Amino acid sequence: MTDRQVMIITGTRKGIGRFLAEHYAQHGFDVVGCSRTPSDLQLPGYQHYCLEVADEAAVKQMFLDVSRNFGRVDVLLNNAGIASMNHFLLTPLATAQRLVNTNFLGTFLFCREAAKLMRRHRSGRIVNFTTVATPLDLEGEAIYAATKAAVESLTRVLARELAAFNVTVNAVGPTPVKTDLTRSVPQEKLDALIARQAIQRYGELRDILNVVDFFIRPASDFITAQVIYLGGVR
Amino acid sequence: MSNLTVSRQDVLRVVFATIDEINETQPEEQKLSKLPETYLFGQQGRFDSLGLVNFIVLLEQSIADEFGAAITLADEKALSREKSPFLTVESLTDYILEQLEGLKQ
Repeated sequence: MTDRQVMIITGTRKGIGRFLAEHYAQHGFDVVGCSRTPSDLQLPGYQHYCLEVADEAAVKQMFLDVSRNFGRVDVLLNNAGIASMNHFLLTPLATAQRLVNTNFLGTFLFCREAAKLMRRHRSGRIVNFTTVATPLDLEGEAIYAATKAAVESLTRVLARELAAFNVTVNAVGPTPVKTDLTRSVPQEKLDALIARQAIQRYGELRDILNVVDFFIRPASDFITAQVIYLGGVR
Repeated sequence: MSNLTVSRQDVLRVVFATIDEINETQPEEQKLSKLPETYLFGQQGRFDSLGLVNFIVLLEQSIADEFGAAITLADEKALSREKSPFLTVESLTDYILEQLEGLKQ
């Protein structure tokens, strides 16, 4: 059991998730992270699980361990996500299913299991991850954008269902950040996307951190069901 | 979990302990009786839908704490049954035992 706040972050092997795990483990949280493949991230206050976020049995086992080891979950950051850029007419069903599993069902499962533990302490913060590809209706991102639209809808409904337990549920929608997720996207596509933002630059990890910090701080207990897109996208 | 043998009495004890926990927050006239035949949900049940959600979540956690087993009580099997396993303490106890047996296989 711990007096420190416990944060669960999905997709911590690299990119945004790893940055957030490093940051919060160094700022007083016990952080539990996960990814499909092993991570070399070793920090005091950090524990890693190898699992598929849509594998119900594995996710439940992880939360059982967290409940036994820490007795609480204060914050959940549903960062794990995969993208696949392809014309809709050429998108294989297996790709669509993979995106739905990781982006939507993974988020659903982690929200459900975390909320059960948060309910116990009658407080909690859930931050889901969406994308500007959803409000911008980006061509070539049909399935990715649709799975994130589902995450946004889930966020708003959960905010209402979990309000009685003092659990807030919000989402952050980053612009392109230079990570593995955007590496495979052609440069001209990224340039065209950034041109549609009010503030035309790549997102930085600190931009995402800023929104997460806002959602999870104690004073934000009246902020729920909100989606904040970066860069002035609506 | 696979080596653990859980008896009906063990499960009933956890269900009753969860009822105790719920009863702590209930006014006297709404407290649940710790009897197998106590109705939980449905026309004669004591819970509204949110009350049942609370009870089930608490019960799942108690089962996890007590038996080290991560089960989901409100699964598709439960929700599609003609006779809801959440109707009475007895039917719920049977369902929990069934779920725990399922984990062994």
